[in-house]
Amino acid sequence: MDLKLKIWKQKNPKDKGRFETYNIANISPDCSFLEMIDILNEQLINEGKEPVAFDHDCREGICGMCSLYINGRPHGPDDDITTCQLHMRKFKHGDTITIEPWRAAAFPVVKDLIIERNAFDKILQAGGFVSVNTGGVQDANAILIPHDTAEEAMDAASCIGCGACVAACKNSSAMLFVAAKVSQLAVLPQGKIEAAARVKNMISKMDELGFGGCTNTGACEAECPKSISISHIARMNREFLCANIQD
Amino acid sequence: MSSFLGSSIGKKLIMSVTGLFLIMFLLVHLFLNLLTLVGSDVFNTAAHFMGTNPIMKVMEFALAAGFLFHMVYALYLTIVNQNARPVKYAVANKSKATSWASKNMLITGGVVLIFLVLHLMNYYYKIKFTDLIESGEMTEYDLVVGLFQPENWYYVVIYIGWFILLGLHLNHAFQSAFQTLGLNNKTWERRLIVIGNIYALVISIGFSIIPIYFFINSLM
Ligand code: HEM
Ligand code: SF4
Ligand code: FES
Repeated sequence: MDLKLKIWKQKNPKDKGRFETYNIANISPDCSFLEMIDILNEQLINEGKEPVAFDHDCREGICGMCSLYINGRPHGPDDDITTCQLHMRKFKHGDTITIEPWRAAAFPVVKDLIIERNAFDKILQAGGFVSVNTGGVQDANAILIPHDTAEEAMDAASCIGCGACVAACKNSSAMLFVAAKVSQLAVLPQGKIEAAARVKNMISKMDELGFGGCTNTGACEAECPKSISISHIARMNREFLCANIQD
Repeated sequence: MSSFLGSSIGKKLIMSVTGLFLIMFLLVHLFLNLLTLVGSDVFNTAAHFMGTNPIMKVMEFALAAGFLFHMVYALYLTIVNQNARPVKYAVANKSKATSWASKNMLITGGVVLIFLVLHLMNYYYKIKFTDLIESGEMTEYDLVVGLFQPENWYYVVIYIGWFILLGLHLNHAFQSAFQTLGLNNKTWERRLIVIGNIYALVISIGFSIIPIYFFINSLM
């Protein structure tokens, strides 16, 4: 299929940036979206032009590195997948595809479609962990955890930190990401010990970094490639309230 | 505590608590207003009680404060949230997963506020700051009936439009308030949406019945 691509080009964080239009021909429907950009880049390099910079790593939906706001949706027109899992069969011959970087004050553009997601790392450093004491390795089943609880924690832990929730939210709120990280530890006995301090530290870091607040629109849940539920946000609000009432 | 109320969730909590207070107020207000359908005596007695009872005087103050806090925080939070995305997207999100109401709370709330001012001029001002009632010239009931006469047909339209917008605001607001308080989970998510929808319908339809009833009554 032949396509017209409108891609955001920006030299560096200070550059104003603009859309650049590219034409690309003979794309197979079996091609992945990122492969399509690879083909475009090869074409651009052969023409002596500058290729389009974009983020990617695993290309199998587990690392959270790929991003791209495609035709108005983070990770493109399919549900529950990352951009690297998106196939060109979701598009038609002759389509115009607009590709933008995630837009948020807390995620500045580095170059073209690459954005700085350090803010997520900073939130995790503020409390998204369980302190490990030295000593012998514990037996895996020393602490019994009900199946439902383990599942709930596992669902939350499937967040890959891609930032699509922030990109989709009209307020650029990071609440779904933070809620997933808070939840995954708060429901487990190992994580409960530091739960109150964790939620307070992570929220205060989140606010400091310039993410917006949640207005419960549910856009994050709809666009999250891992279908993280907004019920985790309710849990985080609850944890945060209780933690503050206690002191 | 100050860091708590100053945090993003703390500020949202103020929206939620004031919003829930307003939600309760609407129910009481609806109940009293529906007494107009029972008869002029019942409604006038109730209106008089609400206007003179000392507890209600305090509640009136709380209500004004509730509205004020809700509106000031609404404006403030909306501005903060918009600033979190300095460069907007060229293509807007077309996903149908989010409701129009949830994304336009300041608009529905703002229009509700404009009509609220009109509503207060229609009733509150006339009752409190003129001697229409005291002089015995008119009763509260007469004020209600008088507003929805055939020559005032546009008031019927305005009021119903107001209740539809209020319903849209409430449609998102109800479940959102519980979510903000952390009183939600996967099971209750759907239930709260359904209860919220019912609440919004009861308020919108309930209040709309009054202008429609008196308008039709005056035609016959
Ligand atoms: C009787 C009238 C009203 C009721 C019952 C009401 C109720 C509510 C409730 C329950 C919420 C949800 C809070 C939450 O998500 O935690 C809310 C949100 C909101 N209200 Fe109202 N409200 C009323 C009037 C207004 C007015 C007059 C304005 C406008 C100035 C307004 C603007 C907003 C906005 C912008 C939000 C969303 C704020 C956010 O999510 O951060 N509301 N309202
Ligand atoms: S919650 Fe979902 S959308 Fe947000 S960072 Fe995690 S995986 Fe990505
Ligand atoms: S490249 Fe790893 S999730 Fe897409």
